[in-house]
Amino acid sequence: MMRPLRRSRGRDPLGLRRALSDRLLPGLVAAMALLGALALAGARGASDLSARWQGGAAAAMTVQLPATAPAAQVERALAALRRLPEVAKAQAMERERLAALLRPWLGEAPGAAAGLALPVVIELHLRRLPQQPEALALGIAQAVPGAQVEAHGVWVARLVALARSLQGVTLAALLLVAGIAAAVVAVAVRAGIAARREAIGILHDLGATDADIAGRFAGRVALLVALGALAGTVLAAPVLAGLADLAAPLLGGQAAASVLGLPWGSLPWAELALLPVLGAGIGWVTAQVTVRRWLRRLA
Amino acid sequence: MVRFASVGLRYAGPAGAGGDRSGPEVLHDLSFILPTGSFHWLLGPSGAGKSSLLRLMQLALRPSRGEVEVLGVPLSRVRRGALPGLRRRIGVVYQDFRLLPHLPVFDNLALPLRIAGRAEPQIRADVQEMLRWVGLESKAGTLPAALSGGEQQRVAIARAVVMRPALLVADEPTGNLDIAQARRVLALLQEMHRLGTTVVVATHAEALVQEHPAPALRLAEGRLVAHG
Ligand SMILES: Nc1ncnc2c1ncn2[C@@H]1O[C@H](COP(=O)(O)OP(=O)(O)O)[C@@H](O)[C@H]1O
Ligand SMILES: [Mg+2]
Repeated sequence: MMRPLRRSRGRDPLGLRRALSDRLLPGLVAAMALLGALALAGARGASDLSARWQGGAAAAMTVQLPATAPAAQVERALAALRRLPEVAKAQAMERERLAALLRPWLGEAPGAAAGLALPVVIELHLRRLPQQPEALALGIAQAVPGAQVEAHGVWVARLVALARSLQGVTLAALLLVAGIAAAVVAVAVRAGIAARREAIGILHDLGATDADIAGRFAGRVALLVALGALAGTVLAAPVLAGLADLAAPLLGGQAAASVLGLPWGSLPWAELALLPVLGAGIGWVTAQVTVRRWLRRLA
Repeated sequence: MVRFASVGLRYAGPAGAGGDRSGPEVLHDLSFILPTGSFHWLLGPSGAGKSSLLRLMQLALRPSRGEVEVLGVPLSRVRRGALPGLRRRIGVVYQDFRLLPHLPVFDNLALPLRIAGRAEPQIRADVQEMLRWVGLESKAGTLPAALSGGEQQRVAIARAVVMRPALLVADEPTGNLDIAQARRVLALLQEMHRLGTTVVVATHAEALVQEHPAPALRLAEGRLVAHG
């Protein structure tokens, strides 16, 4: 019994197992990893939504003619639309694309599959997003009698812009979390140095290199941060799965009926798995820099 | 061999920003040579600069001016990165022992060997031998706090010599010990000298010095006032 104890203590001459507490640092890091995971999933979700909606936003506005409209009427409508100054491009949508686009909203309705009478949809690409889509819609309705004008594309485009800036904000939040993590590690390491000043001095006088001493701190910190980040990420997973579930209908899916049915597979697992690794890296580097800087005051 | 040439030392001033040495000079114009394998006392009243001089010798400080040469290496020409390797060849004993309180005697003794990256089997053999030498074989698993002052100082001496240093410096090694313990500690230091190590012992216990006459460096207010 004596030997393993003695060996393990001998591996920790600075007493870092007590000086760098296995509660406070991992706890703080876990909280930050949780925030990081939320930001990560937010960024991922925003990017998914904007990619998804972009298809719909390709046409800023649509003009619908009844399914029964004869080809000549469609041609006339197209010509009238192309004369409008705001319109860059006007094009009738192919039936397959229309069906594909409607699927998320209608579901795989048997009627759609059976070739239910779909209206003629003309996509309008605008020169730029109008300030007042309603006014433009009114103008179009007058130019093409009998048409139904949809300005939803304008809204989608606005949502896409919002999703993009949301993505930017969440990435910034992620960077902020990383920065705070580094600061927390630096504070913990400085406290550890203060608590082990005497022991550090003894090791230094016995010929320990800066790399040796800094490496002991960095190894311990990297382990604690990795464990904390892992805990935070694991805690975040159900929250993220729940959020993904809420977003599912927006992405063309369905809300889950049970916890097991939550869209676990849709979580950004690879990025999430990177959190503890990244955290450990940040902790290691911060500890190295902090300790080496402090050691430079010794000869 | 240890050579000091016109050495001056300042500590950082009270405002002590960074490495700037703005405090008063505590050592002035020290010049002397300690031949290889010699034994020297370092004498002088408290505050004379004995500890500061020993810190220069053990490479814990660099001089503010002049040249310090230890183990044949002039410090002014040594990069900081080369100092740890030199320190491993210098044994140091302090008045307050400076053992690591959370490590048992065995691991305190093993520390210099582990820092130097020695293999565990060799570490065990060397530590056992040192424990025998200082008469503490039965205390390998004991924490320093459970030892008497004299025993702690013997552990500290064993730690200082376990790497077979060429230079051994001791700063008031008997200052906290009763006379019987002090004699035992001094006997160990003198045995290292007989084995060929260059030894410097700072003390203001004149009684011990009279029992063991040897060449002395005598400091007063940071100046060398006698050598020999
Ligand atoms: N770390 C330090 N910082 C500033 N001044 C110091 C420091 N250590 C010692 N001194 C000063 O240097 C002088 C010599 O001290 P020291 O070398 O400890 O003498 P001794 O060991 O002979 O008692 C004293 O005036 C002391 O105040
Ligand atoms: Mg002193």
